[in-house]
Amino acid sequence: MFNKDRWNEILEALNANKVRTFLTAFGVFWGITILVLLLALTNGLRNGVTADFGNFATNSMFMWTRGTSKPYKGLPKSRFFRYKTDDVAALREEFPELKYISPRNQLGGFQGANNVIRGTKTGAFEIYGDYPEFIKQKPMDILEGRFLSYSDINAKRKVCVIGPDVVAGLYDKNEEVIGSHIKINGVNFMVIGTFKMSNSQGDSEEEANTIFIPFTTFSLAFNYGDRVSWFALTAHDNFPITSVKERIFNLMRTRHTVHPEDERAIGHFDLSEEFGRINGLFDILSIVGYFVGILILASGVIGINNIMLIVVKERTKEIGVRRALGATPWAIKGQILQESLILTILSGMVGVAFAAFVIWGMNSILDSVGPVDNFANPSVSMQVVFVALTILILAGVLAGLIPANRATKMKPVDALRIE
Amino acid sequence: MGSNSLHVLKGINFDVKEGELVSIMGSSGSGKSTLLNILGMLDEADEGSYVLDNVPIKNLNEKVAAKYRNEFLGFIFQSFNLINYKTAVDNVALPMYYKGMSRKERVEKAHHYLEKVGLADWSHHLPSELSGGQKQRVAIARALASEPKVLLADEPTGALDSKTSYEVMDLIQGINDEGKTILVVTHEDDIAQMTKRIVNLKDGIIIDDSLVEQVRAQQYV
Repeated sequence: MFNKDRWNEILEALNANKVRTFLTAFGVFWGITILVLLLALTNGLRNGVTADFGNFATNSMFMWTRGTSKPYKGLPKSRFFRYKTDDVAALREEFPELKYISPRNQLGGFQGANNVIRGTKTGAFEIYGDYPEFIKQKPMDILEGRFLSYSDINAKRKVCVIGPDVVAGLYDKNEEVIGSHIKINGVNFMVIGTFKMSNSQGDSEEEANTIFIPFTTFSLAFNYGDRVSWFALTAHDNFPITSVKERIFNLMRTRHTVHPEDERAIGHFDLSEEFGRINGLFDILSIVGYFVGILILASGVIGINNIMLIVVKERTKEIGVRRALGATPWAIKGQILQESLILTILSGMVGVAFAAFVIWGMNSILDSVGPVDNFANPSVSMQVVFVALTILILAGVLAGLIPANRATKMKPVDALRIE
Repeated sequence: MGSNSLHVLKGINFDVKEGELVSIMGSSGSGKSTLLNILGMLDEADEGSYVLDNVPIKNLNEKVAAKYRNEFLGFIFQSFNLINYKTAVDNVALPMYYKGMSRKERVEKAHHYLEKVGLADWSHHLPSELSGGQKQRVAIARALASEPKVLLADEPTGALDSKTSYEVMDLIQGINDEGKTILVVTHEDDIAQMTKRIVNLKDGIIIDDSLVEQVRAQQYV
């Protein structure tokens, strides 16, 4: 069916009326351009909004304690309890699904008082006691030196890793940072590294004001004993944290003598669930994109259908002649179908290319003006291109089907009689 | 198309032998075109039989009819019916395309037949660049290209002036001299006189069927 002669036949026919061929093709071109652009914009929004999650490993949750809401085993309600460091070992033992278990403590915070001193300079910063795994849960770029290590944890070294605003607040320009000492709440710490949060949006100011010190040092230096303020838990990829979390809560309730049905006592924020919710929203937006795009594409396809009908009508006599010369109905039908297919696919490919060009333009503008809120890297995957292509092929066949049937419905003798 | 049935042909019985050059005459409405269409398998008779080269032509579906038309018949139309966006050589090659011949072979043969009708130099011209006589000669070359058993010409000179008409008839006579069977529908007496046998139709029946002394068109050219 797809031999060279047929191609020549079709190219000749399409060339015979260039303006009309072009105008017809434009409808499909426009439809597919809009389809691809809509999907790319949706993707851009999705990328922008998910960037707000600050790159934190998405299969994670934070878990903290709140006052109990039910009396249990002789203990009153409204009782406060705290996680302990031995909860870490218990979690690790009970839940092999968990990839990273980070107990965390914090000093300072939003609009806190000055708590860090270096020479004559002071500043109010957030100080976190953390384990080395934390950098895997929340990716950051180490600009100089290194992040915390297990030998820091084990030796309870008084070392810290500081953010860019800490450097800016406590150091002069070009001053050597690594190896210098800063005084946090009256305790001296040596700076072993500086970091920058990678690809963060929104919380960057807060993040830049952060100081990380070893968890064990934190407990010792600031009198936290075995207290753990909250946990950052990340599960392995094949275990959604959302499905594991209830069991984790139950373990915590048992360990801290909390009523098994006390939902209030354990506070948590399920990043994966939130992420899923946002992703769900954008999935719906994608579907809307497909819907609208395909509808617009459909009007282009109807255009092709229409033009092919006209073409068939105009060429009734030619078709009659061809049949008198020995063209079988299928030869005629095949040619009409193929003409519509080629027209659709060709204009569709140009549409995809054009949309890609526009997306490329948007990206380079975004690159030059810097990050924009809630919008980043509009793009479509190859998968979308293939889906679009499949739609085009189907559309091309559909557009050609009615005209092709019309072309062979008339008896050759009647077709020849038409002037 | 009206739904009323109309009996156009009412009992036609005639044979054409191989190598004959027959003209079918009659006033308009006499059924000569209908007869030609049935012979050309563009239309089918309600009753009766049609045997072409010992093959009974009946119960045709479009696919078979297309095959027979391609193999057995060559058409020459009054209005030439060339495909206007194809060059002369491509027009001539078209029946061979539907035969499934390779392009090279097709073009070679098309050139051969164009040469035969004296248009070798015009092979790459579009129909719009040709005169009426030239167009009809291209159409004749096209009809010959599939090497049919019978040529069917429907008023081949109807759209041409008399000088060009005679040129075309000269060509047709030449082809007939080579042994090809040709049927010509015409209402022009001088054209009919250039064939070897005249069949006269009136109101769907044959009123006269006689051999004539062929007038050579050559002398008028």
